[in-house]
Amino acid sequence: MSKPPRHLFAHRPSARRRAEGGVAWLFRVATYVVLLAGLAVFGDIMVKGARTVFTSSFPFVNTTFLTAAPQSLYVFEHDGVEHEMSDAEFRVYRTNLEAQAAAAGEPAPELEAETYVYSAGGIFPNIVGTILLVVGSMTIALVLGVASAIYLNEYAKQGPVVHFIRLAILNLAGVPSIVFGLFGFGLFVIFLDFNVSLMAGWFTLAFMVLPVVITASEESLKAVPKGFREGSLALGATKWQTVRKAVLPYAMPGILTSSILGIARVAGETAPIMFTAAYVIRDKLPWEVERAMDFFFQGVMALPYHIYVVSSKIPQNEYSERVQYGTAFVFLGIVALIAASSIILRNRLRSRYRW
Amino acid sequence: MDSSPLPPPSAPAASVSVPAGAAASAEAALIDVKGLSFSYGDSSALHGINLKIPERRVTAFIGPSGCGKSTLLRCLNRMNDLIDGARVTAGDIRIRGVDIYQPDVDVIELRKRVGMVFQKSNPFPKSIYENITYGLRLQGVGNKGQLDEVVERSLRGAALWDEVKDRLHTSGLGLSGGQQQRLCIARAIAVEPEIILMDEPCSALDPIATAKVEELIHELKSKFTIVIVTHNMQQAARCSDRTAFFYLGKLIEYAETQTIFMNPSNPQTEAYVSGRFG
Repeated sequence: MSKPPRHLFAHRPSARRRAEGGVAWLFRVATYVVLLAGLAVFGDIMVKGARTVFTSSFPFVNTTFLTAAPQSLYVFEHDGVEHEMSDAEFRVYRTNLEAQAAAAGEPAPELEAETYVYSAGGIFPNIVGTILLVVGSMTIALVLGVASAIYLNEYAKQGPVVHFIRLAILNLAGVPSIVFGLFGFGLFVIFLDFNVSLMAGWFTLAFMVLPVVITASEESLKAVPKGFREGSLALGATKWQTVRKAVLPYAMPGILTSSILGIARVAGETAPIMFTAAYVIRDKLPWEVERAMDFFFQGVMALPYHIYVVSSKIPQNEYSERVQYGTAFVFLGIVALIAASSIILRNRLRSRYRW
Repeated sequence: MDSSPLPPPSAPAASVSVPAGAAASAEAALIDVKGLSFSYGDSSALHGINLKIPERRVTAFIGPSGCGKSTLLRCLNRMNDLIDGARVTAGDIRIRGVDIYQPDVDVIELRKRVGMVFQKSNPFPKSIYENITYGLRLQGVGNKGQLDEVVERSLRGAALWDEVKDRLHTSGLGLSGGQQQRLCIARAIAVEPEIILMDEPCSALDPIATAKVEELIHELKSKFTIVIVTHNMQQAARCSDRTAFFYLGKLIEYAETQTIFMNPSNPQTEAYVSGRFG
């Protein structure tokens, strides 16, 4: 069968058409590179972390890791068998051995153990600390951020002053997180005398994530049609009544979506909490306070800071690697959980306030 | 509705037939626009408008695009305040004798008495019931019996009751375009204003829905004063009692509708209504 005759609109080979094909391929390759990088990072953490977090027997989750405080790991040999035990277990073991030896009338055996700091026990206080930090700072950020967005979008007269304010907020987004840490340290810890505490950490983290929340809130408010505002005002509503009843409910889904990004950032940043809220080790849990007010002025342990401590402040070995990856895995899990609940809340609001 | 700061309305004139060409001074003028000039920033939109709008009649504003008719309409309930830089540069607007642009006027009170229906219908994405009770809820009315009664009265007044009485708690957005516009009218009359401003209410509607809204306007004028801006001259001829023709920010002619369309005094009016430009 011969080729059909060329018609007016037939393909004509040219440099432009070849470039078109090449460029499309370049974009495809770029996207796949990004995908591979993402998979590599997540894959690494999940595979290695899963070894720490999941066990092969019921209940399939390493509950000690998730519910105990960090302890030192003792590795020793006794009667030709290698043992790995946490601090508490080791003491019990040694007491038992001494009791046995005393009962048999023999001297207590010498146990030479190598100790590895933070490589046993779990990360429960860190989990609690991170959750507290996220919840507190996101609340402050949302309240301050949405209020600012409402002011900038609905109340302020658009002009050079408002333009300047928006510029200042955007600049805040470019400040390195370590600078936020130092700022928080100087202002909240020292000047306002909060000391290393949840309060200091909350405000520092809130200011760090504020530009994201304000920008996204403003976009969400702008997306609500002008007709709702006009209709409400024409019925004799004040501006606040209009915002509260006819604008804000319909902007909430967008605002919550932005908060999801904020949550991931707030949970994972180490530098802002290093000087303002995080302790390396603390034996009391946050709710074990004498007075209610003490709750806000205590420091906490946190997951990202724990990863930093285990990775850099102590010598590296196979045991510390376990803890690092386990902590990273748990951290991703918690962020996923908080994000999931935020998404569920957003979807529920979306179906209620559909427009 | 209490009207404590305003003087009581004067009785409407007994004689309804006014000789052609005479001004509306014989009838009660609810809205009195004197020498009004209005600007958006530096550009002037209205020049020296003099107009008296009678009570319980339908007054239509007609004219080509950009002639200022919507601007004047939005001045009547001060919706132009929402636009930065929009301001009155001369003259005033008096409603029942009170200059609505004077400093001690509460814009909220003004808008309760001067309602508005917009070109693009804007029901809230709430239920039909909540749309209608929105205005009353703003004022703090919470009694369910009272609200139910107002909803029925407003929907009947807007000729929508029979169509939606079984689905008052479904979303207002589920109605057709014409029904949505009638819902907006019902929402406006629920707060019992004296004046209803309509900014091209039928421009987005099909002919059947338009006919229903025009019929509604005819029924409403016994209770409300209606000012309607329309692009559609035939609609003005069908619906209104008095018509004002605007061109480039000036009021060219204002008279009984019959006069404007059959026997206009101004040649520009004649050119516009006979379709020679627009």
